[in-house]
Amino acid sequence: MSQAVTDTAAVDLGRERGRVLRQLARNPLGLVGGGLLLVVVLVAIFAPLLAPYSPTTVHFDAPFQRPFTVGYALGTDDLGRDVLSRLIYGTRASLLVGLLSVLLAVVVGTPLGLVAGYWRGCDAVVSRLTDLTLAFPFLIIAVGLAAITGASLTNAAIALGIAQVPTMIRVVRAETLRHKELEFVLAARSLDASGPRILAQHILPNAASAIIVQATVVMPVAVIGEALLSFLGLGIQPPTPSLGIMLADAQQYIFRAPTAAVFPGVTIAVICLAFNLFGDALRDALDPNAQR
Amino acid sequence: MPSDDEALLSVTGLEVSFRTHEGLRPVVHGVDLRVARGERVAVVGESGSGKSTTAAAVIGLLPGTGTVSGGRVSFAGEDVTHADEKRLQRLRGREIGLIPQDPMSNLNPATRVGHQVAETLLAHRLAGRSAARKRAVELLGEAGIPEPERRYRQYPHELSGGLRQRVLIAIALACEPDLLIADEPTSALDVTVQRGILDHLERLRAERGASLLFVTHDLGLAADRADRVVVMSQGRIVEEGPAARILREPQHEYTKALVAAAPSLASARAAREAAATPDAAPAGSGSEPILVVDDLVRSFRIRGRSERLTAVDHVSFEVRPGTTTAVVGESGSGKTTLARLVLGLDTPDAGEVRVDSEHVATATGARRRAIRRAMQPVFQDPYASLDPMFTVEHLVDEPLRVFKVGDRASRRSRVAELLDHVALPRSVAQRHPTELSGGQRQRVAIARALALEPRLMVCDEAVSALDVLVQDQILTLLGDLQRDLGLTYLFITHDLAVVRLVAHDVVVMQQGTVVESGPVEAVFDAPEAGYTRELLAAIPGAGLVS
Repeated sequence: MSQAVTDTAAVDLGRERGRVLRQLARNPLGLVGGGLLLVVVLVAIFAPLLAPYSPTTVHFDAPFQRPFTVGYALGTDDLGRDVLSRLIYGTRASLLVGLLSVLLAVVVGTPLGLVAGYWRGCDAVVSRLTDLTLAFPFLIIAVGLAAITGASLTNAAIALGIAQVPTMIRVVRAETLRHKELEFVLAARSLDASGPRILAQHILPNAASAIIVQATVVMPVAVIGEALLSFLGLGIQPPTPSLGIMLADAQQYIFRAPTAAVFPGVTIAVICLAFNLFGDALRDALDPNAQR
Repeated sequence: MPSDDEALLSVTGLEVSFRTHEGLRPVVHGVDLRVARGERVAVVGESGSGKSTTAAAVIGLLPGTGTVSGGRVSFAGEDVTHADEKRLQRLRGREIGLIPQDPMSNLNPATRVGHQVAETLLAHRLAGRSAARKRAVELLGEAGIPEPERRYRQYPHELSGGLRQRVLIAIALACEPDLLIADEPTSALDVTVQRGILDHLERLRAERGASLLFVTHDLGLAADRADRVVVMSQGRIVEEGPAARILREPQHEYTKALVAAAPSLASARAAREAAATPDAAPAGSGSEPILVVDDLVRSFRIRGRSERLTAVDHVSFEVRPGTTTAVVGESGSGKTTLARLVLGLDTPDAGEVRVDSEHVATATGARRRAIRRAMQPVFQDPYASLDPMFTVEHLVDEPLRVFKVGDRASRRSRVAELLDHVALPRSVAQRHPTELSGGQRQRVAIARALALEPRLMVCDEAVSALDVLVQDQILTLLGDLQRDLGLTYLFITHDLAVVRLVAHDVVVMQQGTVVESGPVEAVFDAPEAGYTRELLAAIPGAGLVS
């Protein structure tokens, strides 16, 4: 059997990972999103180095400074705290809450989605629970958590995470349903490979791209959710800086210092835009059928 | 050029390119093609040969970024190479009728089929509203659709694949075009349905005196249905001539290979050889059967209906070790359900499957593992049967890891050995399946199935998704493996021509039941069931080799 393989069909030498990166690099909007994302993440990580003051330092001598005054690049608020420093730390808090809630959604949603997609019996239970959770507005959950254990960053993240679990379950379940009928799963089943083994080795890696994309969708929702909860006093508590708290504070002095509301608002928009653009580009790049 | 006057369609030096990020990439290189009035020309080639692209260029329907980058297309003496959209619209439908490949995606699922036929007439202003309706019913009837009045009001999902293809034919013929372009019109259909539709199409075409440009991958079918055959490979025409000459005296190397590989033609030759030489008794005859299927029943509940669909209905047969038993049937015959039951991926309602006298459905523990080691599957779709996240090495040694055979080093050398078995270079071990061609992937799937040294392989349409030449290579490989390793095959297929080539015994299934079974020679030479005779007669090209 020394016959050479003479298949004429093209053999693509590029590796999968390289292809995804190349696809990403070809999408200008994705590059913009990725660039913004990088900036936002770096700002959050190096907040203590970048911020000119501590976000809670009160400068009684300099309240309501206008932006671009010497010493206070974006001005100060009603208590004379540096707006730029508070923005930088607020971004950090927003990303932290976003990250925690995404983590919760992935860690809880992925196994439940896999199980629901693979075993019909589990599907009945998990899907009904999903419906039940979806029927609860997340604000109610957040209020409830705040009432029981007190409002905090962690509780805001938990409430936001719980709100995202059902969607994550549905995404993973759909991917599992799609993959479990494919022939490579049948091949593994004819080896009597166990269900958990098939889920971990075959289905999870193939569903990973959908999970990553869903995470980039969840992230901006969580960032806005954190701002909302903090605005309402159910999330991060003052004096810790948060974009939502800054908005709430600025509201009282909206006519005296309108810019104090503009900066946190723009920051929230930029963070969400970065994740959305990058998520879109990532989805296109990870989908082998969407090549132009 | 005087010849252009007689030619209805004349394509000269056609070059088609696709715009990629690396610039224009030509895929069709200087194709010359002529179709005279009333002539039937078949364009034959494998996937990627540019045959469909050539046909699409003629009617200005190139997909995506495709453009005609050179050459000329003229229709009835008029240059239509770069005609504007308005001219092309009149050309399509009115002067050239297109019968597309896939009856599932080429009809609008939200519109009644009759309207879709009438729409063609209305769009070309050939009839008023009521006249179009009347004519559409007639056309459906002419296309061989029973009860056209009732069918007119139905939606595509209410029709079978064959009927949908007939609707597409009615649409193509609606405006009485001079040229019909049929792009793999029956590739998605069963052979018996294919035969009926092509016979009917030929009758309609002959009545109208129209020309036919028939695009197909099946050389036998092309020879059956065309006066002249044009063979394409990698965007070039390698050979053309009268159908019978191409089959009997192919000149070009590629055509020779194609003729040698086409199962329908090869099986006809095999039949003659079998008649000439007394058949040697296959190995293992008389010994205990390795696989016994005993009175197997499996039915499914259909959503919204009270009665159950019996997919496998009291099926029994035996497979002797070292032989190949083919299960053949058309779509809906229950052959895939049967394969799943044999593999133990599904549980029968009644009856049993025994491998080495062990019950597949009920065996547990060590006995079940023994069955698994004895029997492994190879599936149809080489793109779906390999996990795209795994490397070839990881794919092939998965059975070894699941069964905890050997250590890392011994598994690695076993993978190399298995790759040798399936004639793949050892260097592919670190590749991912996406980097391999269809044929190479199917070799990897076979290597994986061989890893546990099974004695029985269940091949579910294992070569159906492959091009003719690659299919031939894989069949040869399976034959070699059977000889070298004494493998037994349960070969499930819809293709009778392939059965004739590889099988010792054959089981013919229709609607869940076995209509006929026995040694291949007996069934093929003296079929008893009417259905088997019908299937055999539908193999294209068989009559042309003599």
